[in-house]
Amino acid sequence: MADSTWLTEFPSMDRADLVAIRKFLDSGFREFSRNYGDAIEAFFDPLLAFLVWFEQLLLQSPWWIIILVVACLAYLASRSAKLTLGVVAAFLLIGYFGMWDNAMRTMGIIAVSTLLSIALGVPIGILMSGSNRVQSIVTPILDVMQTMPAFVYLIPVVMLLGIGKVPGIIAVVIYAIPPVIRLTNLGIRLVDREVLEAATAYGANRRQRLFGVQLPLAMPTIMAGINQTIMMALAMVVIASMIGVKGLGQPVLKSITNQYFTMGLFNGLAIVALAIVFDRVSQAYAKRSQKHLEGMNSE
Amino acid sequence: MSDAFIQVKGLYKIFGDDPDAVMPLVLAGKSKQDLLAETGHTIGLKEIDLEVERGRIFVVMGLSGCGKSTLIRHFNRLIDPTRGQILIDGDDVMQLSQKELEQFRCHRISMVFQRFGLMPHRTVLENVAFGLAVQKMGRAERNEKARQWLETVGLKGYEAQYPAQLSGGQQQRVGLARALCTDADILLMDEAFSALDPLIRSEMQDQLIELQEKLHKTIIFITHDLDEALRLGDRIAILKDGELIQEGAPEDILLNPADDYVEAFVRDVNRARALTVETVMRPPAGRITAVTIAGALRQMRSHSDDYAYFINNEGYQGVLTQERLEAAARDDSDAVVCERVLEILPPVSPDALLETVLPETLDADYPLPVVDDKGELCGQLSRASLAQALVEGGGGSETAQRGGDDSGSVNGKAVVSAAGAVQR
Ligand SMILES: Nc1ncnc2c1ncn2[C@@H]1O[C@H](COP(=O)(O)OP(=O)(O)OP(=O)(O)O)[C@@H](O)[C@H]1O
Ligand SMILES: [Mg+2]
Repeated sequence: MADSTWLTEFPSMDRADLVAIRKFLDSGFREFSRNYGDAIEAFFDPLLAFLVWFEQLLLQSPWWIIILVVACLAYLASRSAKLTLGVVAAFLLIGYFGMWDNAMRTMGIIAVSTLLSIALGVPIGILMSGSNRVQSIVTPILDVMQTMPAFVYLIPVVMLLGIGKVPGIIAVVIYAIPPVIRLTNLGIRLVDREVLEAATAYGANRRQRLFGVQLPLAMPTIMAGINQTIMMALAMVVIASMIGVKGLGQPVLKSITNQYFTMGLFNGLAIVALAIVFDRVSQAYAKRSQKHLEGMNSE
Repeated sequence: MSDAFIQVKGLYKIFGDDPDAVMPLVLAGKSKQDLLAETGHTIGLKEIDLEVERGRIFVVMGLSGCGKSTLIRHFNRLIDPTRGQILIDGDDVMQLSQKELEQFRCHRISMVFQRFGLMPHRTVLENVAFGLAVQKMGRAERNEKARQWLETVGLKGYEAQYPAQLSGGQQQRVGLARALCTDADILLMDEAFSALDPLIRSEMQDQLIELQEKLHKTIIFITHDLDEALRLGDRIAILKDGELIQEGAPEDILLNPADDYVEAFVRDVNRARALTVETVMRPPAGRITAVTIAGALRQMRSHSDDYAYFINNEGYQGVLTQERLEAAARDDSDAVVCERVLEILPPVSPDALLETVLPETLDADYPLPVVDDKGELCGQLSRASLAQALVEGGGGSETAQRGGDDSGSVNGKAVVSAAGAVQR
């Protein structure tokens, strides 16, 4: 009788063994972070310095210069007066409702983590597109990164680096980088075989093929990936604020714990406004840089 | 050892995970279908031996999937062979290092693609200049050259357009200009004109022929259209399931197909457009060289026919008939043979396509004299031999041709309608 308990109860591991495993992993990681935490932190110092510098730049500059610069960028990217006006209006409203400083901090974080995602993601995507082996290794990792709840990987990051901007950025990048990797890979793989063959047939080497043919032709897809990455980075703002990233996320967090409905709503809307601005401007830019595709669509 | 410009020796290409492992099966003669079913490997090419002479157009043809694209991609090593050698100008392409291979592709060989292979994100001018840009030639210089070639192919004014803004024919012209722009002496054309409609296609063929007269490139041209092959090719090779079935001059292929596969190919061809007068003409009937009517009549009576071609110091003059000579002799048998007794029959050139001489041949009462560009009478073209060549071709007409005697004017009327039907 005693032998058949596994029929009614799951034959789970001995409690003691489980504890042992936990202890082993936890202490191992704690040991690791105690030994290498400083080195790893030092490794990220340049990133931190850049982030701080950029945030200060955004915070210290007079608000109207920022708006002017943002408006110029929006216009250059989209060549649309309507879109530019919308962007200016969004920033004016954010400032008028007293969320200027937090919005600037969030913009700093988003800009830096997006740049980091592109700088890491595009090369990884390129590597992936060149080899089926790499693709079969990276794809499951990306799946885990996208489905693993953010809180789970926040734990080791915080253990390693403590609370602050850098762990925040890392968390945001982990969450936001998969689309740009996936879509870079996809875009390059979708490049017409014959066009690539033509480049090879005229003597182009690997580098010339990559920069002259594959990347330009994959650009619409890569841009879609970058756009997704920006959106996901913005979505991470609130969670990142839990580990000390200042910005629009913190007031939202505060209003959850204290039930300040209006404060939460306003800051939430500010995040939405930023998202819309980033999205529209980057999409307008992507569309404008692909002028040659217009003829194709109309055919 | 032969000194042909391009030589392909014992070329095999097998697609699949482990080509070397199945090589013994292929050598043992296993068929393409069996090999695919049993091992999952596809025979791309099997034992290809070819020679292409410098400055010629070499056409490769065959049905879809027979390995034409696979073969042409070996010349510039877009595909590496499983076994075999490709010598170009004496150099083994397989021995080239990556750098040398890139240089070789830059300067010696260029390619026109079936679906054009143009870069959609570059303008027409940038596309044409692509090969030169790869060679790192300065922008001004390469654009200048590209502009010239665009003008040559008739696309002046389209420099700033993108490929998607051009029609198919125009895009292929861009592809052609791009290939010519690098001054490579070998041109690979993979079904370059197959995607174009018939009218534009024949226009492009004309342009290629015209260009080739000036440029004398060595061209490997792939097509599945025999009319096109016959029109362009100096030599034609026919592939079937990766194997070379027949290689030869266009008339050879048309008149002596090696097997049923080739025969099926040539059955539907428009022979009138493919064969020249030379290939179907027969030895000329009698010649008359006498100056007087009486002399002419004497020569005429010594021939079996009741007509003969009159030739004097200035060459072929016209046709004399027994009937007319006899009438003239009754008047004055010592008179000189002159235009009054001559029947004027326009001569045709041995190089003319049958199509171009069809109306004259059918209109004339006697076989047309074939006169070469030196003014020599070298043969005659009767309605019967024309009709026979157009209707059946193959071995039959070859023996009839050698038979010599021409019964053209006897049953001429009967075959005229048959020839008319072929002409459509
Ligand atoms: N990369 C490849 N992998 C496996 N098999 C291939 C590959 N490329 C070609 N083949 C096979 O080789 C054979 C010849 O193909 P190829 O493309 O040379 O045909 P083709 O004569 O050019 O036909 P088409 O007229 O349709 O272009 C086909 O049976 C095809 O399945
Ligand atoms: Mg093909």
